[in-house]
Amino acid sequence: MTDYLRPAHLEDALSQLGDGPWQLLAGGTDLYPATQNATLTGGVLDLTAIPALRGITPTAQGLRIGAGTTWAEIARADVPPALRALQQAAEEVGGRQIQNAGTIGGNLCNASPAADGVPPLLAVDAQVELCSKTGSRLLALSDFLIGPRKTALRPDEVMTAILIPESGLSGASHFLKLGARAYLVISIAMVAVRLTAAKGHITGAALAVGACSATAQRIPLAEAALIGLPLADAPDAVTAEAVAMALSPLDDLRATAAYRHTAATELLRRAIAETCKAIS
Amino acid sequence: MKICFSLNGQPAEFETPPSLRLSELLREKAGLRGTKVGCDAGDCGACTVLLDGAQVCACLTPAARADGRRVETIEAQTENLTRLRAAFHRHGAAQCGICTPGMLMAASALLAEVPTPTPEQAKAALGGVLCRCTGYTKIIAAVCDTNPAPDAPAPLAGKAVGAAASRLDGAAKVAGDVFGADLWQPGGLVVKAIRSPHASARFTLGDLAAWAQSRAVQVFTAADIPGINRFGAIPPFSDQPALAESHVRLRGEAIALVAFEDDGRAAPDLTDFPVEWIVNQALHSPAEAMAPNAQRLHETRPGNTLIKGTVRRGDAATALANSAFVVTASIETAFVEHAYIEPEAGAAWMDGDVLVIRACTQAPIMDRDETATVLGLPQDRLRIIPSAVGGGFGSKLDVSLQPLIGLVTLKTGRPCRMTYSRAESMASTTKRHPAQMTGRIGCDAEGRITGLEFDGLFDTGAYASWGPTVANRVPVHASGPYFTPHYCASAHAVHTNNPIAGAFRGFGVPQAAIWQETIYDKLADQMGMDRLEFRHLNALRNGQTSVTGQEMQAAGIADCLAALRPHWQRALLAAQNKPGRGVGLASCWYGCGNTGLPNPSTIRLGITPQGALMLHQGATDIGQGSNTVISQIAADALGLPLAQVQLIGPDTFLTPDGGKTSASRQTYVTGRAAQAAGGALRADILRRLNMGDTAQLSLSGNTLTATEGTQTADLSLATLAPNPFGYALMAEETYDPPTTGLDENGQGTPYAVYGFGAQMVELAVDDSLGTVKLLKVTAAHDLGRTINPLLATGQIEGGIAQGIGLALMEEYLPGRTENLHDYLIPTTGDMPEIESLLIEIADPNGPYGAKGLGEHVLIPTAPAILNAIRHATGAEITRLPALPHRILTAIQKAKA
Repeated sequence: MTDYLRPAHLEDALSQLGDGPWQLLAGGTDLYPATQNATLTGGVLDLTAIPALRGITPTAQGLRIGAGTTWAEIARADVPPALRALQQAAEEVGGRQIQNAGTIGGNLCNASPAADGVPPLLAVDAQVELCSKTGSRLLALSDFLIGPRKTALRPDEVMTAILIPESGLSGASHFLKLGARAYLVISIAMVAVRLTAAKGHITGAALAVGACSATAQRIPLAEAALIGLPLADAPDAVTAEAVAMALSPLDDLRATAAYRHTAATELLRRAIAETCKAIS
Repeated sequence: MKICFSLNGQPAEFETPPSLRLSELLREKAGLRGTKVGCDAGDCGACTVLLDGAQVCACLTPAARADGRRVETIEAQTENLTRLRAAFHRHGAAQCGICTPGMLMAASALLAEVPTPTPEQAKAALGGVLCRCTGYTKIIAAVCDTNPAPDAPAPLAGKAVGAAASRLDGAAKVAGDVFGADLWQPGGLVVKAIRSPHASARFTLGDLAAWAQSRAVQVFTAADIPGINRFGAIPPFSDQPALAESHVRLRGEAIALVAFEDDGRAAPDLTDFPVEWIVNQALHSPAEAMAPNAQRLHETRPGNTLIKGTVRRGDAATALANSAFVVTASIETAFVEHAYIEPEAGAAWMDGDVLVIRACTQAPIMDRDETATVLGLPQDRLRIIPSAVGGGFGSKLDVSLQPLIGLVTLKTGRPCRMTYSRAESMASTTKRHPAQMTGRIGCDAEGRITGLEFDGLFDTGAYASWGPTVANRVPVHASGPYFTPHYCASAHAVHTNNPIAGAFRGFGVPQAAIWQETIYDKLADQMGMDRLEFRHLNALRNGQTSVTGQEMQAAGIADCLAALRPHWQRALLAAQNKPGRGVGLASCWYGCGNTGLPNPSTIRLGITPQGALMLHQGATDIGQGSNTVISQIAADALGLPLAQVQLIGPDTFLTPDGGKTSASRQTYVTGRAAQAAGGALRADILRRLNMGDTAQLSLSGNTLTATEGTQTADLSLATLAPNPFGYALMAEETYDPPTTGLDENGQGTPYAVYGFGAQMVELAVDDSLGTVKLLKVTAAHDLGRTINPLLATGQIEGGIAQGIGLALMEEYLPGRTENLHDYLIPTTGDMPEIESLLIEIADPNGPYGAKGLGEHVLIPTAPAILNAIRHATGAEITRLPALPHRILTAIQKAKA
């Protein structure tokens, strides 16, 4: 018999976790495809009945996105333009069925190199909040993601929220995803861009690329090259070399590594151009 | 745990494991089998239901999560669903019907928010549901047109042929049809297969009895098979065991069956099944398989050659040497998966001493013959009842689970059922042959084709399946529909330890067309001729001979090209000076029916003493529409209204042999049998009433009335003694196409009827990313006589969708793409606008002049896309699919 718990309170969930191996179940869009059985096997802790894990709320330090917030809720939310990229990603995750069930926290914890949520959150300097019954800790998203399907989440922890600092909420953003078909597609490459500008010149840049490394990466050299540039000059300031320095793509069934380098650069330029339009 | 929720507006309560997939709860516990399961992974959307009004995949939803909420399924009776069902039926939006419940549920969620959606909104809302039949065009049209329309009047007597009649089986499809997994006898067994994880291995089985006892299951192996453990689509090549005996030749091959009680309990863990594998070096390419020291897959096939087919006419080498222009080219295609949304499924039970197998299939009589051989049964003790078929496209011509469930029921005497998982379906069933094609085509200074040489190497995988058909068909068709006086083409099918390559919509002809149509474009360019005019100049005309020496008598290719001409000129103009815009064109021809072999169909038509008009229709309708088309033909030949035709079958105990649903033969071959049966029954009636051939018939109650001018005569059916079939009047007619076998040079009359077509693609290539945006496909198809334009355009749109997949995204890699998220097929968002031009060049052999269409429609799409990409960018694609990285590399090469 499967152990299955669906607590309504976070404390109840956390108190279970010390006690035996549990699979954390959120949207189910990764756990169910991983089995051919009619049920999940092993202990399952369903987090979807905990109201505290849902919703997007402003805080004194910025914005809090409950880890159990679905893609559909993110897509519909009233959020600053800095999170437009995240909303665009939300609209391109799977189909509507997946968007209605899948959660942002689940996407991060599943830690696919092609997770759609990661580049937009890297571009807003997101942190993740991890709770256990002994307390909570914050980790930068880039530190939370260790490798393909590997995270810093401890067995006694639940990811409760994604926190976006006030500084990450400024400016405008854009997300682009490239795949071999229109819907329900795993990315060949994807990018998120967030820019801030003053008087027509770029004052801050955050560029992130997914599906081109073991985990999605920021592109620091290209970011640095953008600072101070007039908006109109920004797209062309991204060089293939700067992008390549930050990425380590693989050849796989979807594309070659060389193509991913080219595509990442091109997508960044386009996303920057779109972001500049939104700013000016 | 106990859960309570609102199910389609009614309170419902179930005791269930909490993490049970909601799809399982609905189907197995609630008995609502309209919700279909296509992948159990959220990739196909077939199981879409509404949870508190939002569309979710039931396969990803734990049952516990439904507690206290509102669940709606296809069985719901809501105003939106009622309107959508009517719209889907009216628009012909359901073909096989397996995705239809998911589509309808997704659409009903949309309509709740947006009552009159735009096509873009509909595409986005339905983007999570895959359809393999329709090309989505009619689905999107239906979702955007749900206002009740006045019912179109049913066609009158004699007016069914040519009418856009809705499918006769359409109401069932929009209600959630009963497919292979949806009907079984309770209280029996569930069957699962143990399959090889290796492509080539020997195996020894451990202590099965002890293992079976510990799991409370029964195990069946090759040793239990009472008959001959070999099957194959083409009997002389039968080589595939139902269960492997001592070694396996491909990943996914079944070695044993496990049967356990069908009592709702969780399936036993099969991961520790007692088997030891000794893995062999697998042959993964024809080159490896043809190496001198390569291991033979089949002892009797040296060099791992299954078969070579050749067609030779004139002297191609000399003609090419003397040609003004010659283009040489090579191109390579991939394994392509059929990706029907219904994985193989079926049930078996005993009816007295008759074994009954109800499963999805394209070929019930072949299933009967092959399964009877494996099980050692006389054919009259095996009854095959095809279920509704959730897509086939060629793969369901081969038996899959029929001998397996038949074995379990025969051995135990108990009912059983089996449903393949998506991974199992993809790993173990057939694929489109990968082809490595090379050769050259030449023309003279005026642009007339002089000669063609073609050599195709086809990876036919581990077993023969339809490999011989592909090897025979390809050399006959590799000229394309063009007059080619000097010709030499051969196709070589080679065994590897790859998936079995079998029949897939076109039997190798789509691959050959990719080679020949892309060369045609290059030749036209070298010549400096317009690409359409070059094809038109060379198009086969009546009286000319094909490459097999057959004189053409209803060649419609020039008409198709002429119909495209204004569209072509418009499109070229529209693309001019627009970077990345391209226009491409390709033609097709395709012989309908078996290649130079008999393939008869028989139709029985009877009227009961009570006045019921029954059509015994043995042709399986896998979504293509034969139930409707054959009925239209029979109704008109008889002279009674279509609405009075009642369908029986297919069922090997109730219907005569309608042959297999393949080779675009049903409308033509079974249609001819239906025309003959209708005609014979009509003649019988008129003779009894002493009326002339122009009399009008009507059937009211149990009275048949013939009217001619002022004369009227009645025939009371109740007064006629029923025949052994129970009919007062009956006709049964057989039709077999007049063909001849091919001689050693491939010369002869392999087909009696050919269909023709040409498609034009307009697209935009992003030359920095290598991505393609399809803008429009204009498709001109000569179908001789349009029996049903609604179904014909549905075939065209669906064929184009599969052609798009073949060209741009589909590549099956064993062990790596055994699911529908790594193996990509087109979604709603990948389809361009499609304009269909139906050309009618009547064929003297076809019923009312009709030709086949089902496979033709896929053939030109991929080469037309490649030609448009080359037109747009100069990029020459030499390996399919044309994924973005391959296109970008080709663009860079063209620029260099």
